[in-house]
Amino acid sequence: MGLFDFLTGKKPATASLAKERLRIIVAQERSTRGGPDYLPLLRRELLEVIRKYVNVDAEAVKVDLVRDGEHDVLDISVSLPDRTP
Amino acid sequence: MAEILVITSGKGGVGKTTTSASIAMGLARAGRKTAVIDFDVGLRNLDLIMGCERRVVYDFVNVVHGEASLKQALIKDKRFDNLHVLAASQTRDKDALTKEGVEKVLKDLAEDGFDFIVCDSPAGIEKGAFLAMYFADRALVVVNPEVSSVRDSDRILGLLQSKTRKAEGGQRVQEHLLLTRYNPERVERGEMLSIADVEEILGLKVIGVIPESPDVLQASNAGNPVILDEQSAAGQAYTDAVARLLGEERPMRFTTAEKKGFFAKIFGN
Repeated sequence: MGLFDFLTGKKPATASLAKERLRIIVAQERSTRGGPDYLPLLRRELLEVIRKYVNVDAEAVKVDLVRDGEHDVLDISVSLPDRTP
Repeated sequence: MAEILVITSGKGGVGKTTTSASIAMGLARAGRKTAVIDFDVGLRNLDLIMGCERRVVYDFVNVVHGEASLKQALIKDKRFDNLHVLAASQTRDKDALTKEGVEKVLKDLAEDGFDFIVCDSPAGIEKGAFLAMYFADRALVVVNPEVSSVRDSDRILGLLQSKTRKAEGGQRVQEHLLLTRYNPERVERGEMLSIADVEEILGLKVIGVIPESPDVLQASNAGNPVILDEQSAAGQAYTDAVARLLGEERPMRFTTAEKKGFFAKIFGN
């Protein structure tokens, strides 16, 4: 960056932001790759059902297929919101 | 034995056809008998980049459907007589290609003594792209230093590891990464992902870096693949990439910004 850019207050460089965003999304996409196609839909429908009873965020439901020896285990975890005092 | 090399990327407009044309030309110039096939059925363009658009009589789909022989459809390059182009059909849709038909054409080319068969994939991850990569021994994934291209490349790398003949047989397609439209000045200003960034995200080393260059458009305008322009940095970078594909070790060139003068520094150009 030149002195002129500095004086005119040009925007900060964005390459590092691009790298960070890519690192996260690529890791997330790799983790779901190769799993059954129904997982995202299952997750969405579970979220809808849970939301009928408890108000949770979109990130609250996690559905993973975990390999355990001979078996595949469907691991579903739901984090409920903090109890308000 | 013929080596099947797919040029792919997922995202469109990153330089697949430009790369296919230059890599095929470079392999032929290095003495390898090479065929380059346009898999983008319905959107034929490799012929224009190779400068043989007026010599297309029969195309890939005609051969797959038995309407023409391979010999009739292969267009011999005017610059290198060991280089042949197989154009895509302009009138049919992508369903005109079948796995069996493509396999037969590739097998016949191998029996004809071709050393390299370069498959220019269409963008996307549909049938044409799938067929272009399915039979590959090696893949050259073309990526731009830009978020959507990098993400799509990762997706394509995943498909190469699962949806190819090699993968189904428990083997692995040999993957290479080619970074194109690279601008070292913008990288040094922190505006563009660097070679190291892209390598780190995708977990793969680059086999070549093609600098962003006005010569690429000039080459397309004229139908002379940019690798033939020996004055051009992009052309020389493609020549290096071909040499590396053939197993030679060469240092990377054109990957650092040229030193700027005093005034350019002050005013930030």
